[in-house]
Amino acid sequence: MAGFILRRLLLLIPILLGVSILMFVILRMAPGDPAVAYLKLSSIPPTPSAVAEARQTLGLDRPILAQYVSWLGNAVQGDFGVSHVTRRPVIDDILHYLPATLQLAGAALLFTLIVSVPLGIWSARYKDRWPDQLVRAFAFVGVSTPNFWLGFLLVLLFSLTLKWLPPMGKGGWQHVIMPVLAVSFMSLAINARLLRASMLETASARHVLYARLRGLGDRQVERSHILRNALLPIVTATGMHVGELLGGTLVIESVFGWPGIGRYAVSAIYSRDFPVIQCFTLFLVTIFVVCNLLVDILYAWLDPRIRLNAEAAI
Amino acid sequence: MSVASLEARAARRRMWRLPIRDSWAVRIALLIVALLAIAAIAAPWIAPYDPDAVDLARRLQGPSLAHWLGTDHLGRDELSRLIYGTRVTLGSVALSIVLILALAIAVGGLSGYMGGRIDQTIMRFCDCFLAFPTIVLALFLIGILGTGMVNVIIAIALSHFAWYARMVRGLVLSFRQRDFVLASRAAGASRVRVFFEHLFPAIMAQMIVLATLDIGHMMLHVAGLSFLGLGVQPPTAEWGVMIGDARPFVWSMPMLILWPGLALLLSVMAFNILGDAVRDRLDPSLHGDHQH
Amino acid sequence: MSETLTIENLHVAAQHGHHDHVLVDGVSLTLRRGRILALVGASGCGKSMTCSGAQGVLPPGVRVTQGRVLHNDTTVAPERLRGRVVATILQNPRSAFNPIRTMADHARETLRAVGRFDGDWRSRTLEAFATVGLEDAESVLPLHAFEMSGGMLQRAMIALALLSDAPFLFADEPTTDLDLIVQARILDLLDELARRRNLGVLLITHDMGVVARLADEVAVMENGRIIERATTREIFDNPQRIATRELVEAHMSLYPEVA
Repeated sequence: MAGFILRRLLLLIPILLGVSILMFVILRMAPGDPAVAYLKLSSIPPTPSAVAEARQTLGLDRPILAQYVSWLGNAVQGDFGVSHVTRRPVIDDILHYLPATLQLAGAALLFTLIVSVPLGIWSARYKDRWPDQLVRAFAFVGVSTPNFWLGFLLVLLFSLTLKWLPPMGKGGWQHVIMPVLAVSFMSLAINARLLRASMLETASARHVLYARLRGLGDRQVERSHILRNALLPIVTATGMHVGELLGGTLVIESVFGWPGIGRYAVSAIYSRDFPVIQCFTLFLVTIFVVCNLLVDILYAWLDPRIRLNAEAAI
Repeated sequence: MSVASLEARAARRRMWRLPIRDSWAVRIALLIVALLAIAAIAAPWIAPYDPDAVDLARRLQGPSLAHWLGTDHLGRDELSRLIYGTRVTLGSVALSIVLILALAIAVGGLSGYMGGRIDQTIMRFCDCFLAFPTIVLALFLIGILGTGMVNVIIAIALSHFAWYARMVRGLVLSFRQRDFVLASRAAGASRVRVFFEHLFPAIMAQMIVLATLDIGHMMLHVAGLSFLGLGVQPPTAEWGVMIGDARPFVWSMPMLILWPGLALLLSVMAFNILGDAVRDRLDPSLHGDHQH
Repeated sequence: MSETLTIENLHVAAQHGHHDHVLVDGVSLTLRRGRILALVGASGCGKSMTCSGAQGVLPPGVRVTQGRVLHNDTTVAPERLRGRVVATILQNPRSAFNPIRTMADHARETLRAVGRFDGDWRSRTLEAFATVGLEDAESVLPLHAFEMSGGMLQRAMIALALLSDAPFLFADEPTTDLDLIVQARILDLLDELARRRNLGVLLITHDMGVVARLADEVAVMENGRIIERATTREIFDNPQRIATRELVEAHMSLYPEVA
């Protein structure tokens, strides 16, 4: 198992390298001259000499490979340059805002899993009866609802009409409920559906038949032979959910004034603040990739077919 | 009439059969989509007002005979803006999908066809795209390319195509082995002809199924990016933007947020129903295999 | 009077649209402790459905439309039979075990299901494993199905049947997926255990060689009905119905010298 983990960890390197190269390539595709854009943001008139000087400052006069290597070298050391707008080191701002985003996304992930699993079980257990119809209807709506619109509806209902919850900002648990609901609604729906499908498929497996033939009761069979096996694909799906939830959080932060990286990123996009854009993208991608790695490791550990073969393969 | 070409014909026919089932949900969904299409195409004739016509005297009015859905903060007719918004929302999703399919078939097809080192390289390239969460990649692309609807379309396309490319590659690879392809080659058919007679209909069929399943999802992405202000610029009407514009009036005039959101919800639902129906009809094996 | 298990007038049907497709058409048979009854017939004649129907474990869309099961002349609900009165072993044992759980897990839950679980469970399981010929029983406990051979898995299945201590055994094609040498050993094992523990065995098979080896009596099924019943000797010497004769002849044709 240790070898498996080590190998997957090592795989991180080429993946992140590939990502960084892709980002660098896309960067080159930016329209306009970055030196000119830089000058514009600093309110310096783009005279030819100013542009030339800016090019030198930004390192644009060096060969592309050298630019990439130095950019990568800096990134690895945590130096993402200075924001074109605020003139502060980008890394400081990112690290300042990132925790709030991760808290919201993490809470949303927890909420998704905690709610969707029982719903999926319930739905599968009473297939085609009213609990199932209810969950499927809810899931269908969940998959079709714009999360930011849902956020506003929640504010309208719970903050403005009922006055139970604060509409904006970050503070105690009351501030977290609605953002978490809005972010996780769709992933919740998808996951409940997934578990239902997984359980129904597992229920027709032969080992379930054999368990019943040995005298195990229905609940026991559901717990030990259907659910356990059906949860494995859910583990894999969690990796996908992390991506959706991270993305969703970025949008929802706007709705609730949540002080996270999303709003920072959007304003950076407006002002074409490239160092910020690069940095937050790299951070979020790294988090996503690492989360998927953790999910893979968890899956390998949970499924003895992989865990034991992985050990044998060393 | 060879077995091979009979199979190819059958695949083509399957592809074009409409998924009309005896289900009331599918019928309603088709109706909604038809209405959307009509709204998008015939907007100038259907919309009661010019969507950009500002009339500050009539701002923030509720529904009335003159303005069925009321007016927004600049006095513009809400209904007209919804109708015109259909153009942007549907149009951008349609263009995104066309772009995605083109990229996926080109990249995935080339990869599967060439095989070997080229295949490996291209797939590594796609994996790099797949390492990004979709929205993060879209935001990055818009950050680099700039705001505006064209860039939103490009961003959505580039952030989604890699998964489709893998699908296409898989199909191409499996087809290379299939008997009737080998038989056709043995019979002397040119490579290109084999491709078009057999591969292409099968690829298109699966692409259509996948794309239809994804339309709703992409509409939500487009709306989300527009809501953030990264899409169309004012005064153009688009549902996501309309929700964003109506923000300050959540309490005083909640229906300004309600209408465009409802439009989105119903449209996405309709496309999801259709997507499921198309999938069930053309390729039930894809059930539950979709990732975003 | 020894213990008996009677399946009485069992009808099983699958729902196809508006009408039912009959799979088992009024099957009655009686098992006695200490006797092995073989249920034979071509594939699809309803042998397995009879077993499943009697125990109430039919696939979705298939149901028992008529009939009952009696244990010593008392009607018993199918669910009460499973594990306690009837133990079952299946063909293709690999897919019958839960792939992500160990043999120990399976043993524990089997014992719990029939109310025989206590602090002694481990030694009892090891004993059962040893009885069925699983060498080094200790090392088998933590294994998963994918770590064991087909023969080992079939033995483990038999061991679980022993653990439930049920008086009757349904063996559904127990040797079909095994290679010949392993087959012979498993048959020997079944024979020995049936005799030693005085089990009443319903042996489902399409292989007349297995019938010849193990069975005391034979019931021949065709299209969901039992068309002939006799002792093994009689079935081979004097098959009455065409279907029976075909089965016997097909088997004998494998041994041209004997015929």
